[in-house]
Amino acid sequence: MELRKSYFADQRKDDLHEIGQPRPRSDSPGHVTGKTTYFADRNFPGMLHLKMVRSPHHHARIRSIDTSEAEKHPGVVKVLTAKDVPHNVYTILILIQIGPEDETVLADGKVRWKGEAAVAVLAETERAAQEAAAKVKVDYEVLPAVFDMDEALKPGAPIVNEYHGRNYYLYDSGECRKVRFGDVEAGFAGADHVLEQTYQSSPIEHAPTETTGCIVAPEGNDRFTCYTNTQAMFFTLDNTSIILQMPGNKLHFVGGTVGGGFGGKVDVIVEPIAILGAKLTGRPVCFIYSREEEMQISSPRAAEKVVIKDGVMNDGRIVARKVTGYTDAGAYSRHSPYGAQKGAGHYPGPYTIPNVWIDTYCVYTNRTPSSAMRGFGVTIGDFALEVQMDKLARLIGMDPLEFRFINAYRDGDMKAHRQPTEGAALIECMQEASRAANWPVAEKFMAMSSYAKGA
Amino acid sequence: MAKVPVQFTLNGAEKAEFIDSGTTLLHALRDKIGDTSPKGGCHQGTCGACSVIIDGELRLSCLTLAEACNGATITTTSGLSEGGVLHPLQRAFLDAFATQCGFCTPGMIMAAKVLLDHTPNPSREDVVEALSGNICRCTGYEPIIQAVLTAARSNSQNAA
Amino acid sequence: MAIRRGRGVAAINYPTGMNLGGDPTQALVHSTPTGNFMVTLSSVDLGQGMKQIMAQICAETIGVPTDRVVVDTADTDTGPHCMGTFASRGTHRAGNAVIQAAREARQVMLEVAAEELEVNASDLETDGQGNILVKGAPQKSISIFDVALSAHFKRGRSISGRGMFLIPRSYPEKETGAMKPSTCYAHACTVAEVEVDDETGEVTVLTVKNVFEIGRALNPKMVEQQLVGGSWMGISHALYETTEPYYPNRDHGGTDFNQYLMPGPGDLAQTEIIVLERPSADGPYGAKGPGEMCANPQIPAVANAVFDAVGVRIDTLPITPERILRALKAQASN
Repeated sequence: MELRKSYFADQRKDDLHEIGQPRPRSDSPGHVTGKTTYFADRNFPGMLHLKMVRSPHHHARIRSIDTSEAEKHPGVVKVLTAKDVPHNVYTILILIQIGPEDETVLADGKVRWKGEAAVAVLAETERAAQEAAAKVKVDYEVLPAVFDMDEALKPGAPIVNEYHGRNYYLYDSGECRKVRFGDVEAGFAGADHVLEQTYQSSPIEHAPTETTGCIVAPEGNDRFTCYTNTQAMFFTLDNTSIILQMPGNKLHFVGGTVGGGFGGKVDVIVEPIAILGAKLTGRPVCFIYSREEEMQISSPRAAEKVVIKDGVMNDGRIVARKVTGYTDAGAYSRHSPYGAQKGAGHYPGPYTIPNVWIDTYCVYTNRTPSSAMRGFGVTIGDFALEVQMDKLARLIGMDPLEFRFINAYRDGDMKAHRQPTEGAALIECMQEASRAANWPVAEKFMAMSSYAKGA
Repeated sequence: MAKVPVQFTLNGAEKAEFIDSGTTLLHALRDKIGDTSPKGGCHQGTCGACSVIIDGELRLSCLTLAEACNGATITTTSGLSEGGVLHPLQRAFLDAFATQCGFCTPGMIMAAKVLLDHTPNPSREDVVEALSGNICRCTGYEPIIQAVLTAARSNSQNAA
Repeated sequence: MAIRRGRGVAAINYPTGMNLGGDPTQALVHSTPTGNFMVTLSSVDLGQGMKQIMAQICAETIGVPTDRVVVDTADTDTGPHCMGTFASRGTHRAGNAVIQAAREARQVMLEVAAEELEVNASDLETDGQGNILVKGAPQKSISIFDVALSAHFKRGRSISGRGMFLIPRSYPEKETGAMKPSTCYAHACTVAEVEVDDETGEVTVLTVKNVFEIGRALNPKMVEQQLVGGSWMGISHALYETTEPYYPNRDHGGTDFNQYLMPGPGDLAQTEIIVLERPSADGPYGAKGPGEMCANPQIPAVANAVFDAVGVRIDTLPITPERILRALKAQASN
């Protein structure tokens, strides 16, 4: 890695002692000796193991649940169903007033995705819990499911989630988060070329080497200590407090040493049910996702569909951009309404375009609920935007890198969401890329600056 | 469940335990003996985080039955440093900033140690091959490859 | 049939933090009796190095070496609230809170030193090595060790501070979408060079040249860790990763690392990283959040390079050999 100090030198004082120094990491000695303590490196006497009974169907009504055989299985201590969870219907962003509560801790009457948790089994060993889980009998009436976002948005589509009553998240702005800037139709009308293209992704797994999990130890004083690899301590504690209807002061969360997250450990999934198990049995409880659960049960990065329509001039200026983004939330909201909204704030990318129209939808389908991942709400949008930029440049016969210089935002430029640009540095990144990759661009582009025009 | 006795040498110390028949070496090490340096990343033999050295060979402890290790000599990452002095591989991982979350690190170091024990002057291709059973999600592997090559060089310098 | 080369470029920006939800983080700093400093937080270190960076920020602000600072984090009984580690917010939000707390602690430390040295606190400075000196008269000095002892046992002062950093929530305007999604943005431009085998559809990424603008590299080696790993993940997303390979069909999802593919140590692109620093106006020592955005530009850069190589557009991720072959077949039949 090289630090190119020549850029922005006038905005920076390089006179610090500790900042800017490549100090060794304080945690690395623990890592290389195997002494770093991750949550699962604790072992409590009498610890129980929790395994979930999961839905084999994408969408089904639960006619009945029979746990009697599982309860008789040697080593089983407790079997939990929806009725055991004090506040079973929840949604994690309720803490920032993004509702409605739309998800069950344990399925109650219905399952909405293949893999949804229906029954929790607590046993002396992992093996006993697994074997007993296989003995739980759930009688399902399979319902029609919808997997395709376009299908889900059509009238008459099966309703994925009754708590929403429609297959999209309803924002205060309506069926989508909107950004309106200038007059996009006039922009298209005046453009030399108009190009509309559709981009698509599928769900992506965070794949941290340490799977999601927690260990809960009941303390003698009616409190519960939860050793967890959550990415957000109080967010998880406060949601647990709501789900278990347990005062927050009864909960003690310890974490902060995590084997990779990438956004995959911000859902509040393992902690509430494990703490409930510890409360009802009085025993320590361990609930750790298997690798298979991490890959197919834990929230992935959402699949997205992005439709971009651009109006471009022969001289390289983009004069209008309309983006319609669809985020596949799966069966429940989790963080997806936020992600779709974040996308609306990100489009039309780091370019100054006078006419912009953005609609971003959060769509429900019968698949594993998606949630945050590194680049949340942006990564797939950037793929779409930057492939579109390449297509536009080739459409007008212009070098793709030069085309980006023409449209790059600079300090003071008004963004579509009506914030003036500050601290821009796209131009300088492209200039340095031009040099590093030996991809020459016209001198006028190498002389450009992100600083405000005329400044 | 039937208990069976197991006895092996772990990092130079004799260990004897009664375990449930069918217990993996990974669980025996972590839950019975208390050596948590091998990590359970997949319990399927696909991530390498649980790697240990058994009688000089790299093994996945999540796929190895503890009772099959009777009489074996087992090395884990927690046993590498002697008298507080880091093993050259551990030193090289530190110096190369080759750890981020650290969860794959003990397994990586085990794989690298077996390589260097067998091939003291490995090529980059040798290192890549040796690490190819170990998943890392943070580093992009390059710093780890560099750390192993550096450790090999410092080993051969010490030997010279 | 041939191996064809192509290259592609992509340029991106990325917001730091989650302004659209409201974004608070707190920190506490206090000294021990012998002049070491504790930073108490509830922020989570996912492996990116949060603990180390908070120690460096605290050390810089107080004016001591980093190894005099210990970070105690992610215990809800002791650490004050942090929203969490996501949205590239950790260093920016928690860093600002630590600076505020450390400044308050530093002020008390200087006041105690001033009493010991019988000068004004405003006339004192730290040497970064653990001593407090009188400006212009460095022979008149006192160690922070002695200042802390004095504060604890003689002067009855608590060398401590509280820090709070809050980005208030921005509510998007319903009709126009006017909002403030972030206060600062990181930037990147990536050029990727690929080889595509038009017989098998396989893509080899030969080189990626990444230029990242990240505000300030607080610890350059740790920045490099994130950027190298992120660049790898971007390539991985571009070519390999999916839990539903035939989305929206739910079948064929991987359940282990043999089925869920990522590039291994033998599949690495030659990776170049160049870092520019345009300090953010409100970041701790100018830092922005580089952790997420560093994995984004490789995806479109690789996609554009594939087109440059074989003349087909794969607009669906991941860009698998199957998709390339199908597109080449469609192209040939047109």
